[in-house]
Amino acid sequence: MTSTDLLDPGATSLPGAPVVAGNRGWRQVVRDLFRNRMGVAGLAAIAIMLLFSFVGPLLYPTDQTHPNLLQITLHPSAKFPLGTDEVGYNVLGRLMVAGQSSLEVGLAAAAIASIVGTLWGSVAGFAGGWVDEVMMRIVDALLAIPALLLVLLLATIVTPSVFMVIIVLGLISWLATARLVRGQVLMLKSLAYVEAAKQIGEPAWQIVLRHLVRNVVGIVAVQATFEVANAILLFAALSFLGLGPPPPAANWGGMLTDGLNYVFDGYWWLIYPAGVCIVITVVAFNLVGDALRDSLEVRLQRR
Amino acid sequence: MTRYLVRRTAQAIFVLFIVTIIVFSILHFLPGSPARAMLGIKASPGAIAAFNAANGYNRALPVQYVLYLDRLVHGNLGFSYHFDQSVGSLLALDLPKSALLVGASYVLALLIAIPMGMVQALRRDKLVDHTLTTFSFVGYAMPTFWLGILLIVGFSSTLHVFPPEGPQGATVGAALSDPGAMVLPVVTLTIVTVAQFSRFMRASTVENLLQDYVRTAQAKGLSWWQLVRRHLLRNSLLPIITLVGLSLPGVLSGAIIVEALFNYPGMGWLFWTATGARDYPVLMGFTIVVAAATVVGNLLADVAYAMADPRIRYQPS
Repeated sequence: MTSTDLLDPGATSLPGAPVVAGNRGWRQVVRDLFRNRMGVAGLAAIAIMLLFSFVGPLLYPTDQTHPNLLQITLHPSAKFPLGTDEVGYNVLGRLMVAGQSSLEVGLAAAAIASIVGTLWGSVAGFAGGWVDEVMMRIVDALLAIPALLLVLLLATIVTPSVFMVIIVLGLISWLATARLVRGQVLMLKSLAYVEAAKQIGEPAWQIVLRHLVRNVVGIVAVQATFEVANAILLFAALSFLGLGPPPPAANWGGMLTDGLNYVFDGYWWLIYPAGVCIVITVVAFNLVGDALRDSLEVRLQRR
Repeated sequence: MTRYLVRRTAQAIFVLFIVTIIVFSILHFLPGSPARAMLGIKASPGAIAAFNAANGYNRALPVQYVLYLDRLVHGNLGFSYHFDQSVGSLLALDLPKSALLVGASYVLALLIAIPMGMVQALRRDKLVDHTLTTFSFVGYAMPTFWLGILLIVGFSSTLHVFPPEGPQGATVGAALSDPGAMVLPVVTLTIVTVAQFSRFMRASTVENLLQDYVRTAQAKGLSWWQLVRRHLLRNSLLPIITLVGLSLPGVLSGAIIVEALFNYPGMGWLFWTATGARDYPVLMGFTIVVAAATVVGNLLADVAYAMADPRIRYQPS
C-alpha cells in the first residue's frame, strides 16, 4: 500500500476511508478470485483433497487400526489399488485417513496463527511507542530461531498427538501475520476515521477490534493460506524427524517416512502417493494464496 | 546513517537478549532436570540435591538466569551429557561443516535464482515463466526429505553417479576431499532455496518493471540490454539483500533435514541426534548460536541495504 492508492480514481471507497481489501467488497474479491484460472485450479484441488480425506473413508472404508501381517507390502492390485504397507494397511485407505490429520493440522494451525498474529500485530501497531518496540522485538527474536528448531524443542516437551502438533505449529506460525498486520495498522491508524473514533471517545480495544482488525482481514486471509501450506510441510518434517504422532495415527509425512525404509526395494507405492498428496495440497494452497492476493490488490489489477 | 546504525544495533542486542530469555524459559520448563540427565534415574535425592547445589540449580530463577547469561557471555554454552563434551567444542567441530553445506547452497541458489527470477519477470506469463513457476511451486511444496530421497533414488541407486551419503569426514577439509558426496546434499538444499528465492526475485523485478524510471530509460533510447543491466538488475537486487538475511533460519531448518537424511555430520545432524537423546544443553546451545547468526545476519543485511539504497539512509524516522 502506498500513498498513491489513495489517489486511485477507481477506488471504490470514500475519500479518507482506508483503501484496503475490506473496502473492495468481498463479493468483488471472490469474483476476481474465480476469474483467476490458477486460483480456481487451487480451490478445486483443495476441494478434491478435502473430499478424498473426509468423505473418501465413508465410501471406501478400510481398517487403519489393526496391522495385518498376512498382507504386508503387497503390490497394487484390484483389491488394494495402491498396495499395502509394511504392516498390512491398505495404502489408498490410509492416504485418506492420513489426509485428515495433515489437513486438520494445516488448517487449525493457520487459524491459530491468524488469530494470535492479528491480535498481536494490531495491538503493537495501535499502541505504538515502547509497547510496539518490545512486542515486535519479541517477534524478531522468535523469527531468528529456525521454525524447525522451535518445533523440535516444543515437540520434545509434549507428547505428540494431532492436537499438540496443531498447538505447537500454531504457536510458531503467527509471526509473519503479526508483522503484516502491524504494518497495515500503522497505515490505518493515521487515517481520519480512526482519529475520529478516538476523538469521540471510543475505548482503545473497541477501535482495535471494530475498526482495525476488520480492515486487515484481507491480508490475514492471504497469509493464512500460505501458513496452511507451511504447517503441512512442517508437520511432514516433524514426522520425518520422528516426532509426529505414533501409529496407528496416520499422516502423509509419516507415511512418507515409513516408506523411506523400502525405497531401494522398488515399493514405489510407499513413497510416491503420500508425497504427491503433500505436493498437490501445498501447491494448491499457495495458488489460492497468490490468487487471493492478486484479487485483493487493486493496484496490481489496474496495471 | 550513524543514527540508523546505532538504532539497528541496539535493536539487535535487545532481540538477542529476548532470545536468551526464550531459550532459558524453554530449558527451565522442559521435563526432567540436568541432575537426572547427568546422574541417571537411580540417583538418590541426596546426590541430586548436591548436584543442584553445586551447579546453582537450587537458586531462585532470576539468579539462575543471570548465571546462565553470564556463562553465555563468557562463551560457555553448557555441557552435553549425551556426548560427554562441552557444547562449545561440539559446535566448533560441526559448525564449519554446516557452514560449508549452507554456504555452498546459498551461493548456488543465488546464482540460479537471480537470473531465473529476472527471466520470468521479463517473459511474464509466457511459456518460460509458466514452466519455471511450476518448477518453483513444486520445489517449494516438496518435503525436503522426500526431494532428497528422490535424488538418491535417481542419482545413486539407479544411475550410480553420486553416493547416497554425505561426506563422512570429521573436518571441513575431509568433507571437501570427497566432493562427489557433497553433490546430493548441496543440490537438495539448493533446489529448495531456489524455489523460494526465484519467486522473490520475480516479484521484485515485476515491481520494478512498472516503475517510471524504466519508461524514462526507454524514452532516452537505452537499449534493452543496457536497461536490464544498468537499471533493472540493480534495483531488483536490493530486496534480495534483505532476503538473504531473513531466509537464514529457513535454510538452516532445511539443513537439519538434509543432514539427517544424508547422514552428514554437521550441526543439523548433531541437533537431530540431540533431540532423540533429549540432550537439552546441545539443543539450547545450537538454538542460541543459530539465532545469534540470524540476528547478526539481518543486521548486516540492513546495513548493506542502507549503504546500497540512499532512500533508506536519508529517511527521517
